[in-house]
Amino acid sequence: MSSSTQATAGNDQIPEGPSADTAAVPLEIIGRSPRQLAWLRFKRDRTGVICAGIVGAFILIAIFAPLICALYGKNPYTLYGQNDNLLNSYGMPIKPNGGIDSNHWFGIEPGLGRDIFALLMYGIRTSLGISLCVTILSVALGVLVGLIQGYVGRKTDYFLGRLTDLMMSFPQQLFFIAFTPVVIALFVKPTEQEPTYIRFFALVLVQFFLGWMSVSRLVRSQVLSLREREFVEAAQLTGASTWRIVSKELLPNIGSTILVQTTLLLPVNVTTEAGLSYLGVGMQDPTPDWGLMFQKAAEYYQSDITYMFFPGIAMLIFVVAFNLLGDSVRDALDPKTIR
Amino acid sequence: MLRFLVRRVLGAIVILLLISAVTYFLFFALPADPAALSCGKNCNPQTLALIRKNLGLDEPVPVQYWQYMIGIFLGRNMTIGHCSAPCFGYSFASQQPVWSTLMNRYPTTVTLAAMGALIFLVIGVGLGLISAARQGTAFDKIASAVSLTGQSVQIYFIGPLAIYLFADTLGWLSRGHDPDWTHDPVGSITGMILPAMVMSVIFWSNYSRQTRSLMVEQLSEDHVRTARAKGMTSRYVFMRYALRGAMGPIITIFGMDLSSVFGGAIITEYTFGLHGLGQLAVSAVTQTDLPLEMGVMLFGAAAIVIANIIVDACYAVIDPRIRLS
Repeated sequence: MSSSTQATAGNDQIPEGPSADTAAVPLEIIGRSPRQLAWLRFKRDRTGVICAGIVGAFILIAIFAPLICALYGKNPYTLYGQNDNLLNSYGMPIKPNGGIDSNHWFGIEPGLGRDIFALLMYGIRTSLGISLCVTILSVALGVLVGLIQGYVGRKTDYFLGRLTDLMMSFPQQLFFIAFTPVVIALFVKPTEQEPTYIRFFALVLVQFFLGWMSVSRLVRSQVLSLREREFVEAAQLTGASTWRIVSKELLPNIGSTILVQTTLLLPVNVTTEAGLSYLGVGMQDPTPDWGLMFQKAAEYYQSDITYMFFPGIAMLIFVVAFNLLGDSVRDALDPKTIR
Repeated sequence: MLRFLVRRVLGAIVILLLISAVTYFLFFALPADPAALSCGKNCNPQTLALIRKNLGLDEPVPVQYWQYMIGIFLGRNMTIGHCSAPCFGYSFASQQPVWSTLMNRYPTTVTLAAMGALIFLVIGVGLGLISAARQGTAFDKIASAVSLTGQSVQIYFIGPLAIYLFADTLGWLSRGHDPDWTHDPVGSITGMILPAMVMSVIFWSNYSRQTRSLMVEQLSEDHVRTARAKGMTSRYVFMRYALRGAMGPIITIFGMDLSSVFGGAIITEYTFGLHGLGQLAVSAVTQTDLPLEMGVMLFGAAAIVIANIIVDACYAVIDPRIRLS
């Protein structure tokens, strides 16, 4: 991969940096922390910087969706197509290419006639919000379980390890599909109308339940090797408390693993959440959601294929950018890994 | 080898029992009333009482679970009638035995998963092998770009596009239909080509990347260099020495991916309108058909666990060290 060659090239350049500096300013060697070195390596990786920009743009869209849509002058709930007679008698946009014009940049939705641009902005907000919660919770629990397993060891390690195995052998997708309604039924009686935040909460909970194991396994294996290292033994000898050893000696050393895992998990969670909504068990209309857009678009792809491209290409860009960013972050943090 | 298999099978049985228990308790022991859940929005007290009686909800949950497990292995008498050996109960929606519904539906999912896996193994490993043989060339770069894009697309995005392009516009392939192996074996395969291709796309990149890096690693090993030094042709060394070393980890990755393959099959079935287990699971959930959901869950878990044992056995055949440990 090109990014790996760039990263190794970047790695080779690192030792030259200080020597060039010492040539300019004699008798002074600039010390850099590993974090600064990683940041320098990352800044040299053009793919990584561009992808970080794209990912940042998506996060900004998620945060400022209402502001963007207010500036754009549309909202994702109004049925513009029906109100302004932009749909024909079959519910299809009258204008070509899905009704794209200066008023509706990405066209209008067939059937209901909502504005696709506004739907997409709000949809990204919903999907990214859910996935971000899932990712943060999963990583937090994964790190906790992994630390306990690795540091306490013995029977605790064994039982938590078997628990992880058990959780990993659940058919994930089936589990998500089956238990989202069960969790919702926990809070809402079947006869009542459920509030949207309950569904949000249920989706987070269900995905989080089966989302933490990969992180805990990685953290466990890292902690197992770290706790045999001299600096941890030294800390133990000097009488440092467990909390101090964990927070000052172990956590900083697995920080890069956690960061890389987070960047890898988030796009997976986004696509899983969108997949659930697509299957009809995630978010429900009229809440705008990335996955629901695919469901709607799949209904109309034969007569209006344009609709499919907006959520589809947006998601493609998002996932590609995130994956490449994950690679760059890994290269920057740990230049030794050769893929 | 036998001892290895016995140990794996015993472990699998324990895992399956645990999964069934966890699933059952989550379904039936949560404070939400499963009878009310299965009754749906237009529910009256009579149907509620009937469902409660049919489900045996007047019993404590462990007793219900015990009866459920007895039903699976020995069969049990239910209010609707006797339900013979693999008894997963009766569906709320169709009143059919869950087992016969599962038996009707599983060939579609298995065909889809098997064909999809075959396609992504051939394409993924193939791309990886050629990339490893031609490191740094244009092919290497294009292959990695293609597989990165493949990894990042979604079945629910490219599925409709593929139907639109290959089935509706060009007419090259069938839109996808359920296989019928007894009456139409050829049609079973051709009807699955498009869905299996679409499903395989998201798996290419992992295999091509892993194969490439494993092969690159293997090619720098001492035994490979020795083989080269003895004067063997590069092709022979590549295929016989390096590939064999790379196969083991690839099979391990495949075993870990089985669950995702099943997950991919669910979305593919839904997209292509195929009537497999995934589509069954989704419709069971939308109809809040608990026995059917439970049946699909357990069947899916069992299928993945069994497939994992087969994968492990293959790994043990290729790498004898696994058997001894």
